[in-house]
Amino acid sequence: MNHEAIKELLYKMADDQLILGHRNSEWTGFGPLLEEDIAFSSMAQDKIGHSLALYTILHELGEQDPDTIAFTRNADQFHNTVFTELPNAEYDFSLIRHFLYDTSEALRFEILSQSSFEPLAQLAIKVRGELRYHTMHANTWIKQLGSATEESISKLQKSLEYALPYALGLFEPSLYESKLINEKVFEGEKALEEKWKKKVEEVIAQTQLQLPNWKTLTPHYGGRIGKHSEHLQPLLDEMSEVLRIDPTAEW
Amino acid sequence: MIPEAVTIEKIYQWLEEVKDPEIPVLSLVDLGVITNVFIEEKVKIEMTPTFVGCPAIDYMKNDIIDTLRKHGQEAEVEVTFRKPWSSDLISEKGKIALKKYGLAPPPDRKLFTDLEILENAECPRCNQTNTELKNPFGPTLCRAIYYCNDCKEAFEQFKPV
Ligand SMILES: [Zn+2]
Repeated sequence: MNHEAIKELLYKMADDQLILGHRNSEWTGFGPLLEEDIAFSSMAQDKIGHSLALYTILHELGEQDPDTIAFTRNADQFHNTVFTELPNAEYDFSLIRHFLYDTSEALRFEILSQSSFEPLAQLAIKVRGELRYHTMHANTWIKQLGSATEESISKLQKSLEYALPYALGLFEPSLYESKLINEKVFEGEKALEEKWKKKVEEVIAQTQLQLPNWKTLTPHYGGRIGKHSEHLQPLLDEMSEVLRIDPTAEW
Repeated sequence: MIPEAVTIEKIYQWLEEVKDPEIPVLSLVDLGVITNVFIEEKVKIEMTPTFVGCPAIDYMKNDIIDTLRKHGQEAEVEVTFRKPWSSDLISEKGKIALKKYGLAPPPDRKLFTDLEILENAECPRCNQTNTELKNPFGPTLCRAIYYCNDCKEAFEQFKPV
């Protein structure tokens, strides 16, 4: 089995989870409702837990230990999409990102529950059950706010249009697509993207939001190969602050 | 060296003393997170977290080691996803303990296929299902928040997963 290909897949998944988990945690204490505060904090805890589990598999494949991987790399060594590092902005953008991202994440783990790479398949079977709560949460709010008032609909519509090209960056093809597909590790980004579009269309159709024609959108690629926005490095600095001040701290 | 008297049953009996740190009425055995115990040259215990991001897993692991040590038994504990946890692994005894503690036990996973219709849970106070889901996310990863329309009070449910 091709370990370089598997590592690339694990890194991008883990980094997405870690970075978006950190963004979600920034809602702690600032949610528009107490319930949403709790929801985003819980989802943050789940995502950071998933990233740790993925970094642990990487460690078993010979990479450094999870804390070193998570807290000592610079921005250009991260493989998350630019989508996950964008600042939270207003709640409507965070909600749209949560919906678009978690839909892809749930489908990715669903596919990976069949992976020929056993450690990832085992983890995926576990994670996909947890993610049903995340997608349920996202779908409930998108359906509610996407059909509520003129203001909520127009805000979400604007965020949706802004977010979509970044969201398509989630499916940036890697150098290893055919290896992963041939070795039955993963169906590939293209297949995932198609499933994701169908699911997104299905939920948006139950709202008053409009999806633009996919063909008019240009995906925002680059994150997978370390090309990030100016927003990532400050996030990493904040995340690793405790470790840099006291590398032996327990927390 | 394994003293002759140590059996897998004995280990499980000792593990009954180790409780979920967040729900002290529930043992880890009843919670279903102990997925394997075997005795070879050493005593080995396999466990798995309820939720991947469960922050209590290291605590539980050390608690197992300490408890067995009190009984004079060294053990190795491995955290693995080989047998993933699901809420169906909570024992009947565990479900009764949860309810007594005021937490609605998780329904059988076979009873629902679509989470979006998971609206009604049984209230642990009045045993009725005139309830509504308030938040799929509660104070810990494994709990959801419901409201009982009869008791006019909120309650927590151990989430089916
Ligand atoms: Zn009641």
